[in-house]
Amino acid sequence: MLDRILATLDESEKAAIDEEELAVLKAVADELLSVPQESLQLLPALQMIQTKHGYLPRLALRMVAEHLAVTIGNVYGIATFYNQFRFNPPGRNPIKVCLGTACHVKGGEIILENFERRLGIKENETSEDREYSLERVACIGCCALAPAVVVGEKVEAYVTPSKVEGIITEIEVRKEMAAREQEKNED
Amino acid sequence: MKTEKSPKEHLKAHAESAASVVAALKDSPLPVIYVGAATCGLAAGALETIAGFEEALKDNGIEAEIRKVGCLGHCYAEPLVIIQNPGFPSLLYQKIGAGEAGILVRSFLKDGSDPCYEYLIGALEADENFPTLMDYPRYLYENRVVMEHCGLIDPKEVDHYLAVGGYESLAAGLEKGGAWVLDEVKAANLRGRGGAGFPAGKKWEIARGVEASSKMVICNGDEGDPGAYMDRTLLESNPHQVLEGLALAALAIGADRALLYIRAEYPLAVKIMEAAIIQAEAKNLLGENILGSDFSLAVTVFQGSGAFVCGEETALIESLSGRRGMPKVRPPYPAVSGFAELPTIINNVKTLSTVPSIIKNGAEWFHGIGTAESPGTAIFSVVGEVEYPGLVEVPMGVTLEHLVVDVCGGIKNGKELKAVQIGGPSGGCLPASLMETEIDFDSLKSVGAMMGSGGLVVMNEDTCMVEVARYFTDFTQGESCGKCTFCRIGTRHLREILQSITVGEGEMSDLDDLAEISEAVVAGSLCSLGKTAPNPVITTLRFFRDEYVAHIEEKRCPARMCRTLTAFYIDLEACARGCDACVACCPTEAIFTTSNRKKAIDQEKCVKCGECVYACPPEYDAVRRVSPPELIPDQGVEPLPVKENEEGDA
Repeated sequence: MLDRILATLDESEKAAIDEEELAVLKAVADELLSVPQESLQLLPALQMIQTKHGYLPRLALRMVAEHLAVTIGNVYGIATFYNQFRFNPPGRNPIKVCLGTACHVKGGEIILENFERRLGIKENETSEDREYSLERVACIGCCALAPAVVVGEKVEAYVTPSKVEGIITEIEVRKEMAAREQEKNED
Repeated sequence: MKTEKSPKEHLKAHAESAASVVAALKDSPLPVIYVGAATCGLAAGALETIAGFEEALKDNGIEAEIRKVGCLGHCYAEPLVIIQNPGFPSLLYQKIGAGEAGILVRSFLKDGSDPCYEYLIGALEADENFPTLMDYPRYLYENRVVMEHCGLIDPKEVDHYLAVGGYESLAAGLEKGGAWVLDEVKAANLRGRGGAGFPAGKKWEIARGVEASSKMVICNGDEGDPGAYMDRTLLESNPHQVLEGLALAALAIGADRALLYIRAEYPLAVKIMEAAIIQAEAKNLLGENILGSDFSLAVTVFQGSGAFVCGEETALIESLSGRRGMPKVRPPYPAVSGFAELPTIINNVKTLSTVPSIIKNGAEWFHGIGTAESPGTAIFSVVGEVEYPGLVEVPMGVTLEHLVVDVCGGIKNGKELKAVQIGGPSGGCLPASLMETEIDFDSLKSVGAMMGSGGLVVMNEDTCMVEVARYFTDFTQGESCGKCTFCRIGTRHLREILQSITVGEGEMSDLDDLAEISEAVVAGSLCSLGKTAPNPVITTLRFFRDEYVAHIEEKRCPARMCRTLTAFYIDLEACARGCDACVACCPTEAIFTTSNRKKAIDQEKCVKCGECVYACPPEYDAVRRVSPPELIPDQGVEPLPVKENEEGDA
């Protein structure tokens, strides 16, 4: 099915799919085989792809539509309706800025802006090297610790603009150290 | 299998074995450390705390058991730890990080002499050497019915729930029959805790009266309010109480299927509920022929994909069916024709969690708590500018003043209370003058707010009410499903008008437009998302009109929160020569050194994040925030000329 869909793309569309995405698409094609071919499976199928890969690649939507024999519009309608679904691959360091009521009142908006400025991406985007992705979430239920940010799995409490700097620096330093470690091992 | 033994006799066997399991833990010769590890506890660092305990225990060669428990609701004191050390009462400690964990192990568990009073909140049971929790206003004023066992029992062990009388109500219900359960809940006048306050008994009665081959009960755990997390806490901390309530509801209407609808954003709650269902089925508390009766119930978990509108009954059912969660016209009500056209009742987590206590203690007891029209307790997540934020369970009918000042310790840092936002995006902002309002379904509605899901944000003078209204409208706008024109387009207009006011581009006629559009959205929307979406606008317009006027006529934000209307400057009189604290913290390098070696802010570069206010040492306290920006005085600031040799170095 994937090959057939790929064959319909023009050159520029094909070029936009990098190796990482192609691997995801191949995996999705296999996973879909275990999904019963009925329209009730639409939401569970999308949830499965989202959970396994962290996002819904464009072509995956077409694959789901074909597999369940529903229109692509139907699939897109569901995928954009629910907040759970993402259309960009998550970064290796996904950053979620909480903008629940308590965090908003305590300046969550400013924190989001600082991340945007520091990383050079907007919300719902992923940096080109796929190192970072940035999104806003409605509430992570840590209102007493506002403003809060989730970096990877870790919740950072009482975040300030200078702490934003600290969070990114920490990630960069870790990355640098890991790279040096690897270099050493290779030597 | 149906047997001769009665459900109570069946349960007795389980309860006895559970009691011995729990007693073995309570009378353990080894110390037991209970760490609050619900989502909020984890966020506050409970895992580091556990690692700290493990390491310290190993280093000191002490044997002890560590148990993860749910949430006590005292978010301000996380991570919370209870230590049960033989020879002492169980002691509750606050703010225990890895370091404090090490100290507790060395001083309290190893030497056994020093219970570390500096981290202690109090003893769980009365003791002459320790203060008890009841000595604190927070514990004294609370009336924990639904949250009674939260944070004290292990949510992953059904035995812990059985040992505190769990499933007794279900056994009683099975013996006396579904009609009796329904009568009790009706007599208790249990009103839906999801927000609207519709009597649960009435809903159940309708469903019971419908003839159908199969019926369904759904537990609504799609808690989508920003700023509310009590449902999550109940699911994570006492899952079996939810299941018992669910089973009782199913019994009352004659349902054979039950479903827990939980947000996918609550992975821990999903995991704990799934485990709880398996455990309950293994003990025949759910599943086929429950406790030897002829009542069977199959329970499953469904993960919601995150849409605020799915809190609405008909939208929730649509989303279960794999469609976009858009509300439908009622009637038919779901109680008559819901999921797959079967009679379906949907109750909130809190409502179902309250049911077991009503069946156990009777409707009359329930009426003894709260008010005549709203009996029982209310659970709030009180957050924002209060001293002790967290989850609070109080009887219905207490005043807002009591809740904020007496129970939650009043406003932080000695500031003034400005408003209380109650009920989330569908609720309203109430001013300080209405703090005597009683908290129950009807009193709140009469002043324009709403019980909602129980989110309560306390705001001080630094919060702009126009901005708060914009924030909530932005939220509901994004969550509107788009079905009704007035909700879809009306909320968008509201948001745009509010946006223009917060950046100083509003006009006085906007205020009339806001009121008119709000009215139209309320009238022209099908579901309560649209019907309540303008509430934040309506209440702020009613109670804080002067703030709107200040934004429009003076281009001034009285709370100095709206950034376009605010500016920062450094008071050269107060600024200290040579101090660099603000320069380092500025994310946009907007702060420069003046010719007399003090600091000033380049207004072109400043993004008004306020970081320099916190960075400036309190002894100088030189950063000023003004609104409108024209209020910045001309202090004759000149940048320090860059010396030539320094420039060469750079």
